[in-house]
Amino acid sequence: MLLYVVSTVFVCYLSFNLRRGQLTPIVWNTLFWIIMLFTAVNAIGKSFSQERFGRLIYYYSLCSPQAIIISKIIYNSLIMMVLSLIGFGFYAFVLGNPVGDTNLYMVCIALAAVGFASVLTLIAGIASKADNSATLMAVLSFPIILPMLLMTIRLAKNALDGLDWSVSTDEITTLLAIDAIVITLSYLLFPYLWKS
Amino acid sequence: MRKIWWKILCIVIIFYVIIFGFMGPVPHLAIVNETIRNTYFHVALWLAMTTLLLAAMIFSINYLRTGLVSNDDIASELTKSGIFFGLLGCMTGSAWATFTWGDPWPNDPKLNSAAVGMLIYLAYLLLRSSFEDEQRRARISSVYNIFAFAVFVPIIYILPRLTDSLHPGSGGNSTFGSIDIDNDMRKVFYPAIIGYILLGMWLAELRIRVKVINRVREENFIMSKKV
Repeated sequence: MLLYVVSTVFVCYLSFNLRRGQLTPIVWNTLFWIIMLFTAVNAIGKSFSQERFGRLIYYYSLCSPQAIIISKIIYNSLIMMVLSLIGFGFYAFVLGNPVGDTNLYMVCIALAAVGFASVLTLIAGIASKADNSATLMAVLSFPIILPMLLMTIRLAKNALDGLDWSVSTDEITTLLAIDAIVITLSYLLFPYLWKS
Repeated sequence: MRKIWWKILCIVIIFYVIIFGFMGPVPHLAIVNETIRNTYFHVALWLAMTTLLLAAMIFSINYLRTGLVSNDDIASELTKSGIFFGLLGCMTGSAWATFTWGDPWPNDPKLNSAAVGMLIYLAYLLLRSSFEDEQRRARISSVYNIFAFAVFVPIIYILPRLTDSLHPGSGGNSTFGSIDIDNDMRKVFYPAIIGYILLGMWLAELRIRVKVINRVREENFIMSKKV
Protein backbone atom coordinates (compact mmCIF):
# COMPACT_ATOMS: atom_id res chain seq x y z
CA MET A 1 0.00 0.00 0.00
CA LEU A 2 2.87 2.30 0.80
CA LEU A 3 4.22 1.67 -2.66
CA TYR A 4 0.76 2.42 -4.05
CA VAL A 5 0.68 5.85 -2.38
CA VAL A 6 4.22 6.71 -3.37
CA SER A 7 3.76 5.67 -6.98
CA THR A 8 0.46 7.55 -7.30
CA VAL A 9 2.06 10.68 -5.91
CA PHE A 10 4.95 10.23 -8.31
CA VAL A 11 2.58 9.83 -11.26
CA CYS A 12 0.88 13.08 -10.24
CA TYR A 13 4.25 14.74 -9.92
CA LEU A 14 5.32 13.64 -13.41
CA SER A 15 1.99 14.66 -14.96
CA PHE A 16 2.13 18.11 -13.44
CA ASN A 17 5.76 18.45 -14.41
CA LEU A 18 4.73 19.73 -17.82
CA ARG A 19 3.25 22.88 -16.43
CA ARG A 20 4.76 23.67 -13.08
CA GLY A 21 2.97 26.95 -12.55
CA GLN A 22 -0.49 25.44 -12.97
CA LEU A 23 -0.49 23.71 -9.59
CA THR A 24 -2.31 26.24 -7.42
CA PRO A 25 -2.80 25.46 -3.71
CA ILE A 26 -6.44 24.50 -4.31
CA VAL A 27 -5.51 21.97 -6.96
CA TRP A 28 -2.68 20.75 -4.74
CA ASN A 29 -5.11 20.19 -1.86
CA THR A 30 -7.83 18.50 -3.91
CA LEU A 31 -5.34 16.23 -5.63
CA PHE A 32 -3.92 15.14 -2.29
CA TRP A 33 -7.32 14.23 -0.90
CA ILE A 34 -8.35 12.34 -4.01
CA ILE A 35 -5.15 10.30 -3.78
CA MET A 36 -5.97 9.65 -0.13
CA LEU A 37 -9.54 8.60 -0.99
CA PHE A 38 -8.40 6.01 -3.49
CA THR A 39 -5.69 4.78 -1.16
CA ALA A 40 -8.26 4.36 1.61
CA VAL A 41 -10.71 2.46 -0.59
CA ASN A 42 -7.97 0.13 -1.78
CA ALA A 43 -6.36 -0.38 1.61
CA ILE A 44 -9.50 -0.92 3.64
CA GLY A 45 -11.47 -2.77 0.98
CA LYS A 46 -9.19 -5.70 1.52
CA SER A 47 -9.70 -5.87 5.28
CA PHE A 48 -12.44 -8.50 5.08
CA SER A 49 -12.16 -10.10 1.65
CA GLN A 50 -8.46 -10.81 2.13
CA GLU A 51 -9.02 -13.22 5.00
CA ARG A 52 -9.82 -16.82 4.37
CA PHE A 53 -13.14 -18.33 5.27
CA GLY A 54 -11.66 -20.61 7.90
CA ARG A 55 -10.03 -17.77 9.71
CA LEU A 56 -13.30 -15.84 9.83
CA ILE A 57 -14.96 -18.81 11.48
CA TYR A 58 -12.08 -18.95 13.93
CA TYR A 59 -12.61 -15.27 14.82
CA TYR A 60 -16.33 -15.91 15.07
CA SER A 61 -15.82 -18.58 17.67
CA LEU A 62 -13.18 -16.57 19.49
CA CYS A 63 -14.75 -13.24 20.38
CA SER A 64 -17.79 -11.00 20.11
CA PRO A 65 -18.62 -9.10 16.89
CA GLN A 66 -18.36 -5.77 18.70
CA ALA A 67 -14.76 -6.52 19.62
CA ILE A 68 -14.00 -7.43 16.02
CA ILE A 69 -15.46 -4.29 14.44
CA ILE A 70 -13.87 -1.98 17.02
CA SER A 71 -10.48 -3.60 16.58
CA LYS A 72 -10.80 -3.48 12.80
CA ILE A 73 -11.69 0.21 12.95
CA ILE A 74 -8.75 0.97 15.23
CA TYR A 75 -6.36 -1.04 13.08
CA ASN A 76 -7.59 0.59 9.86
CA SER A 77 -7.42 4.04 11.44
CA LEU A 78 -3.81 3.47 12.38
CA ILE A 79 -3.00 2.17 8.91
CA MET A 80 -4.69 5.18 7.31
CA MET A 81 -2.91 7.53 9.69
CA VAL A 82 0.50 6.09 8.81
CA LEU A 83 -0.29 5.94 5.09
CA SER A 84 -1.56 9.51 4.93
CA LEU A 85 1.32 10.91 6.98
CA ILE A 86 3.89 9.20 4.76
CA GLY A 87 1.86 10.15 1.71
CA PHE A 88 1.73 13.75 2.87
CA GLY A 89 5.45 13.78 3.53
CA PHE A 90 6.31 12.43 0.10
CA TYR A 91 3.70 14.62 -1.59
CA ALA A 92 5.09 17.73 0.06
CA PHE A 93 8.59 16.57 -0.83
CA VAL A 94 8.04 16.28 -4.58
CA LEU A 95 5.26 18.79 -5.21
CA GLY A 96 6.17 21.53 -2.76
CA ASN A 97 4.49 22.41 0.50
CA PRO A 98 2.17 25.44 0.48
CA VAL A 99 0.58 24.59 3.85
CA GLY A 100 0.29 27.62 6.11
CA ASP A 101 -0.68 25.91 9.36
CA THR A 102 0.92 22.48 9.55
CA ASN A 103 -0.57 21.58 12.96
CA LEU A 104 -4.12 22.10 11.73
CA TYR A 105 -3.33 20.12 8.59
CA MET A 106 -2.13 17.24 10.78
CA VAL A 107 -5.36 17.39 12.81
CA CYS A 108 -7.26 17.31 9.56
CA ILE A 109 -5.32 14.27 8.36
CA ALA A 110 -5.94 12.47 11.65
CA LEU A 111 -9.69 13.20 11.58
CA ALA A 112 -9.96 12.13 7.97
CA ALA A 113 -8.03 8.93 8.65
CA VAL A 114 -10.36 7.92 11.47
CA GLY A 115 -13.45 8.91 9.47
CA PHE A 116 -12.45 7.10 6.28
CA ALA A 117 -11.46 4.03 8.26
CA SER A 118 -14.73 3.80 10.17
CA VAL A 119 -16.98 4.31 7.14
CA LEU A 120 -15.02 2.02 4.88
CA THR A 121 -14.69 -0.79 7.41
CA LEU A 122 -18.44 -1.28 7.62
CA ILE A 123 -18.82 -0.93 3.84
CA ALA A 124 -16.01 -3.43 3.31
CA GLY A 125 -17.86 -5.82 5.61
CA ILE A 126 -21.03 -5.41 3.55
CA ALA A 127 -19.24 -5.67 0.22
CA SER A 128 -17.25 -8.75 1.19
CA LYS A 129 -20.49 -10.71 1.49
CA ALA A 130 -21.27 -10.20 -2.19
CA ASP A 131 -19.54 -11.82 -5.11
CA ASN A 132 -18.08 -8.92 -7.06
CA SER A 133 -16.93 -7.11 -3.96
CA ALA A 134 -14.40 -4.75 -5.56
CA THR A 135 -16.96 -3.00 -7.76
CA LEU A 136 -19.55 -2.98 -5.02
CA MET A 137 -17.04 -1.48 -2.61
CA ALA A 138 -16.50 1.53 -4.87
CA VAL A 139 -20.19 2.00 -5.66
CA LEU A 140 -21.30 1.80 -2.04
CA SER A 141 -18.52 3.79 -0.47
CA PHE A 142 -18.16 6.82 -2.76
CA PRO A 143 -21.55 8.44 -2.15
CA ILE A 144 -21.39 7.77 1.57
CA ILE A 145 -17.89 9.11 1.95
CA LEU A 146 -18.48 12.19 -0.20
CA PRO A 147 -19.87 14.52 2.51
CA MET A 148 -16.95 13.62 4.73
CA LEU A 149 -14.50 14.23 1.90
CA LEU A 150 -16.01 17.66 1.16
CA MET A 151 -15.81 18.67 4.83
CA THR A 152 -12.21 17.47 5.00
CA ILE A 153 -11.24 19.39 1.88
CA ARG A 154 -12.80 22.53 3.32
CA LEU A 155 -10.95 22.07 6.62
CA ALA A 156 -7.72 21.36 4.77
CA LYS A 157 -8.24 24.51 2.73
CA ASN A 158 -8.48 26.53 5.95
CA ALA A 159 -5.26 24.94 7.16
CA LEU A 160 -3.65 25.65 3.82
CA ASP A 161 -4.42 29.35 4.05
CA GLY A 162 -3.19 29.43 7.64
CA LEU A 163 -6.48 30.80 8.95
CA ASP A 164 -7.12 31.04 12.67
CA TRP A 165 -8.29 27.86 14.41
CA SER A 166 -11.55 29.49 15.47
CA VAL A 167 -12.59 29.66 11.80
CA SER A 168 -12.37 25.89 11.47
CA THR A 169 -14.19 24.82 14.64
CA ASP A 170 -17.41 24.30 12.65
CA GLU A 171 -15.76 21.85 10.28
CA ILE A 172 -13.95 20.04 13.09
CA THR A 173 -17.14 19.54 15.10
CA THR A 174 -19.05 18.38 12.03
CA LEU A 175 -16.34 15.87 11.16
CA LEU A 176 -16.27 14.61 14.76
CA ALA A 177 -20.07 14.30 14.72
CA ILE A 178 -20.02 12.29 11.47
CA ASP A 179 -17.30 10.05 12.89
CA ALA A 180 -19.33 9.48 16.05
CA ILE A 181 -22.51 8.62 14.10
CA VAL A 182 -20.67 6.21 11.84
CA ILE A 183 -18.78 4.43 14.62
CA THR A 184 -21.94 4.02 16.72
CA LEU A 185 -23.80 2.62 13.75
CA SER A 186 -21.01 0.20 12.90
CA TYR A 187 -20.96 -0.95 16.51
CA LEU A 188 -24.71 -1.57 16.49
CA LEU A 189 -25.11 -3.03 13.02
CA PHE A 190 -22.04 -5.17 12.60
CA PRO A 191 -23.29 -8.09 14.77
CA TYR A 192 -26.08 -8.71 12.23
CA LEU A 193 -23.63 -8.63 9.36
CA TRP A 194 -21.21 -10.92 11.14
CA LYS A 195 -23.76 -13.67 11.65
CA SER A 196 -24.16 -14.45 7.98
CA MET B 1 -61.99 -5.71 -0.73
CA ARG B 2 -60.14 -5.06 2.48
CA LYS B 3 -59.20 -1.65 3.77
CA ILE B 4 -60.12 0.21 0.65
CA TRP B 5 -60.90 3.49 2.40
CA TRP B 6 -57.37 4.85 2.40
CA LYS B 7 -56.99 4.27 -1.31
CA ILE B 8 -60.14 6.29 -1.96
CA LEU B 9 -58.84 8.93 0.43
CA CYS B 10 -55.56 8.96 -1.48
CA ILE B 11 -57.26 9.50 -4.85
CA VAL B 12 -59.50 12.22 -3.42
CA ILE B 13 -56.57 14.04 -1.84
CA ILE B 14 -54.41 13.82 -4.97
CA PHE B 15 -57.18 15.27 -7.13
CA TYR B 16 -57.86 17.93 -4.51
CA VAL B 17 -54.18 18.86 -4.54
CA ILE B 18 -53.99 18.97 -8.33
CA ILE B 19 -57.14 21.08 -8.72
CA PHE B 20 -56.55 23.47 -5.84
CA GLY B 21 -52.82 23.48 -6.44
CA PHE B 22 -53.36 25.01 -9.86
CA MET B 23 -56.53 27.01 -9.23
CA GLY B 24 -56.37 28.06 -5.59
CA PRO B 25 -55.31 31.47 -4.36
CA VAL B 26 -51.59 31.96 -3.68
CA PRO B 27 -49.64 34.94 -2.36
CA HIS B 28 -47.88 37.01 -5.02
CA LEU B 29 -44.18 37.33 -4.38
CA ALA B 30 -41.33 38.72 -6.41
CA ILE B 31 -39.25 36.27 -8.50
CA VAL B 32 -41.23 33.14 -7.56
CA ASN B 33 -44.56 34.54 -8.80
CA GLU B 34 -46.89 31.72 -9.76
CA THR B 35 -44.18 29.07 -9.46
CA ILE B 36 -44.89 29.12 -5.73
CA ARG B 37 -47.52 26.53 -6.60
CA ASN B 38 -44.64 24.12 -7.02
CA THR B 39 -44.44 24.04 -3.21
CA TYR B 40 -47.38 21.66 -3.30
CA PHE B 41 -45.42 19.28 -5.50
CA HIS B 42 -41.69 19.70 -5.00
CA VAL B 43 -41.54 20.31 -1.24
CA ALA B 44 -44.35 17.90 -0.47
CA LEU B 45 -42.70 15.17 -2.58
CA TRP B 46 -39.43 15.47 -0.71
CA LEU B 47 -41.17 15.35 2.65
CA ALA B 48 -43.20 12.32 1.56
CA MET B 49 -40.02 10.66 0.33
CA THR B 50 -38.28 11.22 3.67
CA THR B 51 -41.28 9.76 5.50
CA LEU B 52 -41.29 6.68 3.26
CA LEU B 53 -37.56 6.16 3.73
CA LEU B 54 -37.95 6.55 7.48
CA ALA B 55 -40.69 3.92 7.44
CA ALA B 56 -38.42 1.68 5.36
CA MET B 57 -35.67 2.06 7.94
CA ILE B 58 -38.07 1.15 10.74
CA PHE B 59 -39.07 -2.01 8.88
CA SER B 60 -35.38 -2.83 8.32
CA ILE B 61 -34.77 -2.55 12.06
CA ASN B 62 -37.80 -4.76 12.61
CA TYR B 63 -36.40 -7.30 10.18
CA LEU B 64 -33.11 -7.46 12.05
CA ARG B 65 -34.96 -7.91 15.34
CA THR B 66 -37.48 -10.52 14.22
CA GLY B 67 -36.02 -12.15 11.10
CA LEU B 68 -39.31 -12.23 9.19
CA VAL B 69 -38.79 -11.86 5.43
CA SER B 70 -42.08 -9.96 5.10
CA ASN B 71 -40.51 -7.05 6.98
CA ASP B 72 -37.71 -6.90 4.46
CA ASP B 73 -40.20 -7.00 1.57
CA ILE B 74 -41.96 -3.98 3.01
CA ALA B 75 -38.71 -2.14 3.66
CA SER B 76 -37.36 -2.68 0.15
CA GLU B 77 -40.59 -1.69 -1.60
CA LEU B 78 -41.02 1.41 0.56
CA THR B 79 -37.46 2.35 -0.34
CA LYS B 80 -38.24 1.88 -4.03
CA SER B 81 -41.26 4.16 -3.88
CA GLY B 82 -39.14 6.60 -1.89
CA ILE B 83 -36.56 6.60 -4.68
CA PHE B 84 -39.34 7.13 -7.24
CA PHE B 85 -40.56 10.18 -5.30
CA GLY B 86 -37.00 11.39 -4.98
CA LEU B 87 -36.57 11.33 -8.77
CA LEU B 88 -39.90 13.16 -9.19
CA GLY B 89 -38.75 15.67 -6.57
CA CYS B 90 -35.53 16.25 -8.50
CA MET B 91 -37.48 16.81 -11.71
CA THR B 92 -40.01 19.24 -10.21
CA GLY B 93 -37.20 21.02 -8.40
CA SER B 94 -35.29 21.30 -11.65
CA ALA B 95 -38.30 22.79 -13.40
CA TRP B 96 -38.72 25.25 -10.55
CA ALA B 97 -35.06 26.22 -10.58
CA THR B 98 -35.21 26.93 -14.31
CA PHE B 99 -37.79 29.65 -13.75
CA THR B 100 -36.57 31.15 -10.48
CA TRP B 101 -32.80 30.70 -10.41
CA GLY B 102 -32.39 30.64 -14.18
CA ASP B 103 -30.63 27.30 -14.39
CA PRO B 104 -31.99 23.74 -14.28
CA TRP B 105 -29.13 22.56 -12.08
CA PRO B 106 -27.47 25.48 -10.28
CA ASN B 107 -24.36 24.65 -8.31
CA ASP B 108 -26.01 24.54 -4.92
CA PRO B 109 -24.97 22.47 -1.86
CA LYS B 110 -28.45 21.12 -1.33
CA LEU B 111 -28.81 19.96 -4.93
CA ASN B 112 -25.47 18.25 -4.83
CA SER B 113 -26.25 16.48 -1.59
CA ALA B 114 -29.63 15.46 -2.98
CA ALA B 115 -27.81 13.87 -5.90
CA VAL B 116 -25.47 12.10 -3.48
CA GLY B 117 -28.47 10.91 -1.47
CA MET B 118 -30.06 9.48 -4.59
CA LEU B 119 -26.78 7.72 -5.42
CA ILE B 120 -26.71 6.18 -1.94
CA TYR B 121 -30.15 4.71 -2.47
CA LEU B 122 -29.45 3.59 -6.04
CA ALA B 123 -26.45 1.76 -4.59
CA TYR B 124 -28.94 0.06 -2.26
CA LEU B 125 -30.76 -1.34 -5.30
CA LEU B 126 -27.48 -2.56 -6.76
CA LEU B 127 -26.59 -4.18 -3.45
CA ARG B 128 -29.94 -5.99 -3.35
CA SER B 129 -29.50 -7.33 -6.83
CA SER B 130 -26.09 -8.81 -6.12
CA PHE B 131 -27.27 -11.56 -3.76
CA GLU B 132 -28.88 -14.84 -4.64
CA ASP B 133 -29.84 -16.10 -1.23
CA GLU B 134 -32.97 -14.47 0.13
CA GLN B 135 -32.16 -14.39 3.86
CA ARG B 136 -28.66 -13.16 3.24
CA ARG B 137 -29.86 -10.44 0.87
CA ALA B 138 -32.49 -9.37 3.38
CA ARG B 139 -30.06 -9.14 6.26
CA ILE B 140 -27.28 -7.34 4.46
CA SER B 141 -29.51 -4.88 2.68
CA SER B 142 -31.30 -4.14 5.95
CA VAL B 143 -27.98 -3.27 7.53
CA TYR B 144 -27.12 -1.05 4.59
CA ASN B 145 -30.57 0.56 4.60
CA ILE B 146 -30.27 1.65 8.24
CA PHE B 147 -26.79 2.95 7.59
CA ALA B 148 -27.94 4.76 4.44
CA PHE B 149 -30.80 6.54 6.17
CA ALA B 150 -28.55 7.63 9.01
CA VAL B 151 -26.16 9.17 6.47
CA PHE B 152 -28.94 10.49 4.24
CA VAL B 153 -30.63 12.71 6.85
CA PRO B 154 -27.50 14.69 7.78
CA ILE B 155 -26.45 15.29 4.18
CA ILE B 156 -29.91 16.42 3.07
CA TYR B 157 -31.18 18.32 6.07
CA ILE B 158 -28.22 19.33 8.20
CA LEU B 159 -25.08 19.89 6.14
CA PRO B 160 -26.66 22.22 3.52
CA ARG B 161 -27.97 24.43 6.31
CA LEU B 162 -24.47 24.99 7.59
CA THR B 163 -23.37 26.50 4.29
CA ASP B 164 -24.78 29.07 1.91
CA SER B 165 -27.49 27.63 -0.24
CA LEU B 166 -30.12 29.00 -2.58
CA HIS B 167 -32.78 26.98 -0.82
CA PRO B 168 -34.84 28.60 1.90
CA GLY B 169 -33.73 27.71 5.41
CA SER B 170 -30.02 27.70 4.57
CA GLY B 171 -27.20 30.10 5.18
CA GLY B 172 -29.29 32.64 7.03
CA ASN B 173 -32.34 32.56 4.73
CA SER B 174 -35.45 31.92 6.70
CA THR B 175 -37.57 28.88 5.97
CA PHE B 176 -40.58 29.07 3.72
CA GLY B 177 -43.17 28.58 6.43
CA SER B 178 -42.27 31.57 8.50
CA ILE B 179 -42.79 34.27 5.88
CA ASP B 180 -44.51 33.25 2.71
CA ILE B 181 -46.90 30.41 3.25
CA ASP B 182 -50.29 31.82 4.17
CA ASN B 183 -53.26 29.86 5.41
CA ASP B 184 -54.66 29.29 1.91
CA MET B 185 -51.51 27.43 1.01
CA ARG B 186 -51.48 25.40 4.21
CA LYS B 187 -54.91 24.02 3.26
CA VAL B 188 -53.38 22.43 0.19
CA PHE B 189 -49.81 21.84 1.35
CA TYR B 190 -50.45 19.56 4.34
CA PRO B 191 -53.00 17.36 2.53
CA ALA B 192 -50.52 17.13 -0.34
CA ILE B 193 -47.92 15.54 1.94
CA ILE B 194 -50.45 13.05 3.30
CA GLY B 195 -51.70 12.28 -0.21
CA TYR B 196 -48.23 11.53 -1.54
CA ILE B 197 -47.41 9.36 1.47
CA LEU B 198 -50.59 7.36 0.87
CA LEU B 199 -49.75 7.07 -2.84
CA GLY B 200 -46.28 5.80 -1.97
CA MET B 201 -47.76 3.26 0.41
CA TRP B 202 -50.16 2.13 -2.29
CA LEU B 203 -47.36 1.67 -4.82
CA ALA B 204 -45.34 -0.27 -2.28
CA GLU B 205 -48.32 -2.39 -1.28
CA LEU B 206 -49.03 -3.45 -4.87
CA ARG B 207 -45.44 -4.47 -5.41
CA ILE B 208 -45.32 -6.35 -2.12
CA ARG B 209 -48.42 -8.30 -3.17
CA VAL B 210 -46.83 -9.20 -6.49
CA LYS B 211 -43.74 -10.35 -4.63
CA VAL B 212 -45.73 -12.50 -2.21
CA ILE B 213 -47.72 -14.07 -5.05
CA ASN B 214 -44.52 -14.89 -6.90
CA ARG B 215 -43.02 -16.44 -3.80
CA VAL B 216 -46.08 -18.60 -3.19
CA ARG B 217 -46.14 -19.70 -6.84
CA GLU B 218 -42.48 -20.61 -6.69
CA GLU B 219 -43.01 -22.65 -3.55
CA ASN B 220 -45.98 -24.43 -5.10
CA PHE B 221 -43.91 -25.16 -8.18
CA ILE B 222 -41.13 -26.66 -6.09
CA MET B 223 -43.61 -28.69 -4.06
CA SER B 224 -45.30 -30.06 -7.19
CA LYS B 225 -41.93 -31.10 -8.60
CA LYS B 226 -41.11 -33.02 -5.46
CA VAL B 227 -44.36 -34.97 -5.65
